[in-house]
Amino acid sequence: MKWTLSRKRGAPDGLWMKCTSCEAMVYRKVVEEQHQVCPECGFHFRLSAEQRVEYLLDEGSFDEMFTNLESTDPLGFKGKRSYKDKLKQAQENTGHREAAIFGVGTIGGKEVVFGMIDANFIMGSMGSVVGEKIARGAEEALKRKIPLIIVSGSGGGARMEEGILSLFQMAKSSAAIKRLQDAGGLYITVLTNATMGGSMASWAALGDISIAEPQALLGFAGPRVIAQTVRQELPPGFQTSEFLLERGFVDQVCHRKDLRARLISILRYCCKDMPAYRKAAVSRATSKINKEAAKEAAKEAHKAEAKANR
Amino acid sequence: MSGVDRLNVPEFERPIVELEMKLESRRMDLANEKDKQKAKDIQSEIEFLEKDVRKLTDSVFGNLDPWNRVQLSRHPSRPLTSDFVANIFDDFQELKGDRAYKDDPAILCGFGTIDGHKVMVLGHRKGKTLKERLECNFGCAHPEGYRKALRKMQMAEKFGLPIISFINTPGAYPGIEAEERGQSHAIAENIREMTGLKVPIITCTIGEGGSGGALGIGVGDRYLIMENSYYSVISPEGCAAILWHDAKKASDAARVLRLTPNDLIELGIMDEIVPEPYGGAHRDPRKAMEIVKTYLLKHLSELIKLPVNELLDQRYAKLRGMGKYIEVAA
Repeated sequence: MKWTLSRKRGAPDGLWMKCTSCEAMVYRKVVEEQHQVCPECGFHFRLSAEQRVEYLLDEGSFDEMFTNLESTDPLGFKGKRSYKDKLKQAQENTGHREAAIFGVGTIGGKEVVFGMIDANFIMGSMGSVVGEKIARGAEEALKRKIPLIIVSGSGGGARMEEGILSLFQMAKSSAAIKRLQDAGGLYITVLTNATMGGSMASWAALGDISIAEPQALLGFAGPRVIAQTVRQELPPGFQTSEFLLERGFVDQVCHRKDLRARLISILRYCCKDMPAYRKAAVSRATSKINKEAAKEAAKEAHKAEAKANR
Repeated sequence: MSGVDRLNVPEFERPIVELEMKLESRRMDLANEKDKQKAKDIQSEIEFLEKDVRKLTDSVFGNLDPWNRVQLSRHPSRPLTSDFVANIFDDFQELKGDRAYKDDPAILCGFGTIDGHKVMVLGHRKGKTLKERLECNFGCAHPEGYRKALRKMQMAEKFGLPIISFINTPGAYPGIEAEERGQSHAIAENIREMTGLKVPIITCTIGEGGSGGALGIGVGDRYLIMENSYYSVISPEGCAAILWHDAKKASDAARVLRLTPNDLIELGIMDEIVPEPYGGAHRDPRKAMEIVKTYLLKHLSELIKLPVNELLDQRYAKLRGMGKYIEVAA
């Protein structure tokens, strides 16, 4: 299903808004210019799926897939509220059937399978449908021989309300990602606030390239659980993107406004069909010395590189 | 059951243990009794008591609720990974260390021979003595534990050894250092790599299947689970704390999570339940381990016949089929 601009959800009213992190009153227009980032403290506000698509993909290029998948209530789960109620509420709030939204689109003209987890949908937690969409997304990328990019936003981890089925989505999604990666496919994860538990400990951690938005909470166990276990105060900045960067678990921390450009650049480096000069280099290395052909290849490579840079 | 453990059993099992203690003391009385008539009385009393014990055991163990199973899975006399390694494998060679940071005793790995089959054995290690338990963080592994397991599994692949993995953990360790060293990355990589290892993998849950910490060494071709074990996305206590802000409601949470072996079969996750001796594995650990051995061998002999491609396709297909959802008209 093709997404058009009319799918953008109406922006809330009011010229000023209060930052949920630093509590400063900030001018809404500036926040929007910064792609929903607080100009005072740099806090990245939660995006809707529509905003994410708008900021990252080429305009009008997103074609949503697997839209007919819907969660059931396989355990008949009843807490304070039933799972069915929660699903219904989340569907009404987000306008989507499930937390995961996958499709095909282009970024800087390059076709990719693009997926995101809507953090507004039961905390972006992973049940059967989310796991299934990730697996199908990876399989689609493999079939079409194009990269897979997933924006994580899955603070809920494995969705408790689907019990063991959620847990094994970790294995299902990872299995499909492995097939893609083993075949030489590229998988990029964009880690956003928050990504925890079962999601972080499976597909979200497996990107060939991993880019995090600043100040996102990323980790395995929840900070409260850890504090209870170790009975000591957690160090400042614990489990943030910057913490992971320092410890070597992500490649970059990147402001949301620069994300699209970074992705375009990475796609240029990692996509097999793009760098003709690299192919030439390989053929030079493998064939016997043929100065004439090498010169020709170098010329071509130069042209291709210039074109790609343009 | 040995003397020490009598004080340390789940509430619901206590009446049985008390009755058994009474029975045992009467048996001692009988042995010491010289008077024939009195001995005869004691003998008949013993017979009554034996019947009572059996009746009580039947009624208690015939009606286990999910929470009872969780309690049994944590029973202090239940056989642990180290017991399985010592009892059903020959010529075990422990292999330690992740070659990057340190050795995590919470995961046990090594070569072993089971009924002539050379395999790689691994499992969560909970520890027997208090000292061991503390060293092993009660079976909660750190990233280096998962990395150690992965290294050993990759070696098993290199030498064509099937892998047998015993699952028994409350969960991966939730601590500051664990996060610093990449707990989620370690688990994720294990899961991903296990989906593609080119040797048969049998996982057997022998107690607690605690969430991602279990799955970190728990992906394979066959998923077996002992009768009084559980496998869950979250501990019943954790679930109760989220749902009702009260960890004491764990028994209710155990019910809603559908974490018992029967549930797990119904939901299409586990393949087979391994039965336990009468009254649970802790009442006859040796027999329990023997039964597990026969089940492991049955599945192993099936799996080693499969060509690698078929093995991996079946493993993938099983994982791909996990989950329940509907496809509505668009």
